Amino acid sequence: MSENDIVIEVQQLNKSFGSLHVLKDVDLEVKESEVVVLIGASGSGKSTLLRCINFLEINESGKIYLEGNKIDPKKDDLNKVRMRTGMVFQHFNLFPHMTVMENIIEAPIQVKKMARDEAIRIGKELLGKVGLSDKADVYPRMLSGGQQQRVAIARALAMQPQIMLFDEPTSGLDPELVGEVLEVMKALAQEGMTMVIVTHEMGFAREVADHVVYLDQGRVIEVGAPDQIFENAMEERTKEFLSKVL
Amino acid sequence: MTFWELFIETMPGYKDAVIATVKITVLGLIIGMVIGLFFAFLKVSKFKLLNFIADIYITIIRGTPLVVQIFILYFGLVHFVDLGRFLSGGIALGIHNGAYIAEIFRGSIQSIDRGQSEAARSLGMSYPLTMRRIVLPQALRRAIPPLGNQFIIALKDSSLVAFIGFQDLFNRAQRIQSATGLAMESYIIVGIYYLLLVLVLSFIVSRIERYLSKSERGLT
Repeated sequence: MSENDIVIEVQQLNKSFGSLHVLKDVDLEVKESEVVVLIGASGSGKSTLLRCINFLEINESGKIYLEGNKIDPKKDDLNKVRMRTGMVFQHFNLFPHMTVMENIIEAPIQVKKMARDEAIRIGKELLGKVGLSDKADVYPRMLSGGQQQRVAIARALAMQPQIMLFDEPTSGLDPELVGEVLEVMKALAQEGMTMVIVTHEMGFAREVADHVVYLDQGRVIEVGAPDQIFENAMEERTKEFLSKVL
Repeated sequence: MTFWELFIETMPGYKDAVIATVKITVLGLIIGMVIGLFFAFLKVSKFKLLNFIADIYITIIRGTPLVVQIFILYFGLVHFVDLGRFLSGGIALGIHNGAYIAEIFRGSIQSIDRGQSEAARSLGMSYPLTMRRIVLPQALRRAIPPLGNQFIIALKDSSLVAFIGFQDLFNRAQRIQSATGLAMESYIIVGIYYLLLVLVLSFIVSRIERYLSKSERGLT
């Protein structure tokens, strides 16, 4: 049953913004518990690819399968689909009018109709996991960027998703705060969470990724194990990109 | 008769006029808020037809004088339905202010970072739920200062209902003037009443503003 192990399958995906063709015939495959890191220059389409996977952007052509089911954005209830794909954003996007705990329990209560006590219990557990147990009743503005991003991760996890998508989770952070967020993500990977990560943290990619996907101008140029990509890239363009960022 | 004598003498009679002005302004603002929120939703909708409908409403209402709208609802409508002075005036004020309030709400809704609704949608929240729980609570806070401003304008504009014979502050002033012949004194006195009401309203709005901004600053 190896087919069932594929949690995300993207086939021949195309996406344009107006006349800008951002994704060109992109294929991507992510198996259960795998961590796939998307790398590439800005404008290469990696964030757009991530946003297509949970349908924040709707692709023009191509197919997206999640957990074996083909998702049709016109027919399927995308809210249900998104419940199963947690997303973490570059700018955290915490809800400023809610406390940390309220941020976390909002969707479980409103969407899953979970009992408040149960949601809070899960919320406490998750805050413990991201090391912010003492911040439950604080408003997001009082937290550092790293703390906010860890709350955002806890908020996404509270919906108990099958897949976690990270869109440059550390790009908006001061350098000294990057580590604490990467630690949480590493722990998550070790627990077997299926993750797709867009990042510029090459050291992290190398350590945590099962596969690294290099995109350039909307195309997948190369896919491989981190060691292979970072040390022995087949494609000239990959080498060139890595020589600039490493 | 001196200014002060007139002021003191007319004070008891002004009580009902103050109440009438407050009542018709409140009615107008309640209607205006409902209409405003409704058309703001149409304006931020992705459906072009709904945007268009909202644009037509706002263009017509903002493009015609309030006094014309009041007269249409009172004198014009009387052949079909007699709403009476209070309802005609209050509804006209509501329809008029609704157009401005719609633009205030639209602006405040659109000022909320897209990341907020994206985060909510990514958690599986539907569009209406995202609006109600995430976008609107933040947008309403941002709308308070311009709304307060619009409330003050509405309060002062309510004086136009005097021209359909509704016995509000301004109507009262006109009567006092014609009874006493003291034009300057009569209108300065009514100006003072309006000013006092505006000050009270500003105070209430600033308190609400302060109360609501607390949590967003993280002070609660």
